[in-house]
Amino acid sequence: MKTYEQINDRIESGKAVVLTADEIMDYVDRKGLEAAAEEVDVVTTATFGPMCSSGCFLNFGHSTPKIRMTEAWISDVLAYTGIAAVDVFVGATQLRHGDPANMYPPGEFRYGGGHVIEDLIAGKRLQLFALSYGTDCYPLRELRTYFTIDDLNQATMVNPRNCYQNYNVAINCSDKTIHTYMGRLEPNMKNLNYCSAGQLSPLLNDPLYETIGVGTRIWLAGAQGHVYAEGTQHAGLCERTPGGVPTGGAGTLALTGDMKQMRPEFVRGVSLRGYGVSLSMGVGIPIPILNTDILKRTCVRDRDIPAPVVDYSHDYPEKTGNIVCMTDYEQLRSGEIEIDGKTVRVGSLSSYYKALEIANLLADEIRRGDFHLTQPIAPLPTDLSMKSLEQRQQ
Amino acid sequence: MTETLTQKLMFHFPKCECEKPIIYHLVKDHDLMVNVFRAKVTPEEEGYLVLDVTGTKEQIQAGIEFVKTFNVTVNYSGKGVTRDDNRCTHCGYCTPYCPTGALSIANAETREILYNEKDCIECLACIRVCPFGACASAF
Repeated sequence: MKTYEQINDRIESGKAVVLTADEIMDYVDRKGLEAAAEEVDVVTTATFGPMCSSGCFLNFGHSTPKIRMTEAWISDVLAYTGIAAVDVFVGATQLRHGDPANMYPPGEFRYGGGHVIEDLIAGKRLQLFALSYGTDCYPLRELRTYFTIDDLNQATMVNPRNCYQNYNVAINCSDKTIHTYMGRLEPNMKNLNYCSAGQLSPLLNDPLYETIGVGTRIWLAGAQGHVYAEGTQHAGLCERTPGGVPTGGAGTLALTGDMKQMRPEFVRGVSLRGYGVSLSMGVGIPIPILNTDILKRTCVRDRDIPAPVVDYSHDYPEKTGNIVCMTDYEQLRSGEIEIDGKTVRVGSLSSYYKALEIANLLADEIRRGDFHLTQPIAPLPTDLSMKSLEQRQQ
Repeated sequence: MTETLTQKLMFHFPKCECEKPIIYHLVKDHDLMVNVFRAKVTPEEEGYLVLDVTGTKEQIQAGIEFVKTFNVTVNYSGKGVTRDDNRCTHCGYCTPYCPTGALSIANAETREILYNEKDCIECLACIRVCPFGACASAF
């Protein structure tokens, strides 16, 4: 019905009709699906939540004399140096050197790779300490200096996994408090936590990967980045509702973008007590309304999104595959759900508030003609399922 | 009958040798009902006290005047626990842990998290759980 070119032409002329995934359902209810599909060019989706599979590649340029860094720490957080001389990789969950971790549980985990990334984007001055064995071409063996993101040649965010299509809701059926990557879970199912933008979430609005694929231009913490691959653990082959929405994990995206263009309010280091450090960041993805089917699937509401409640005291760590019950995002967002006659308080690790802000910012950028849509160069696979790790003797 | 009201206060004790039983006098001499949330008052060190006082407007005023004679700074809204709006991402992770609903979802549509310090009893749960370090204690 519409092509990417036609939509981009309308964006170029400032005439594109753009709605957020939060607004589109009521709009379609009012106008009817056919008429709305004619009118609407783009629906914007977004999410802001912790995603451990995040990091960045930094290039420092060369000192005089030159060094081939074999070990490096940025503000005492170990960076991976097993690549070129002055390239390093900083991982979001790397803990600061000397952090007591969970020695006295639950540990505080105040600073790590995610915080380094946050501080870099906030323009703060960080310390680089690097060691080397020294070579004829790279004689320097030790270096300590201070730098900001502006001193770097490149600072490239890489998220091997982001935008999990759907996710577990975590609960604790045991009789003692547990600390998990899904937060602090009180005993006897007193509370539960979820982590999804629900009806605003990118892959829940394009559940069959019809428009989001490799090469899709995205809004990554304010920069224009793109999807560079399927995300790690992408498992498009899964159980789905009649509307195509997966009943569990399913699809993921691998994202990249230029950190020098990012906005600090959308990149945050995360400290999860008793668990570790991570990174929360904002992602916005536009969905081109190419036809009525695509539009229809962007009309997903929180109540249409199933959410499996999983016991993180036993079933998750022991990988039993059992679930406590199914719920949906409308119930979760009410703040309380009932399980076995017991009222359970609900918390979220994902910020709907920020996601909404991002969906609106992206919509404004598209309306202004500052953000154009790209057709994927390859679709996300739909035939992959999740493999397990076998522990073999040899 | 005169209307009674409850006022949340935070006293800041500068480094002083104030060893007067201030709370005793607030109750005994000024007829105030006192509910202490949190206190850290040690001679020779800076100290803090966060409390609710209940009484008539006049009684509360007289009590505060009395406290001020000890070179104590009085904050009229409890500033013992603060939320940094720039650090808060409004994820809502804190809300189930907050026992009084001082941290709550203000708007069901935008899901903005509101911090109403009047309802805060200074249990410090939010400080322990916030992944972004948005909540902080004055002491």
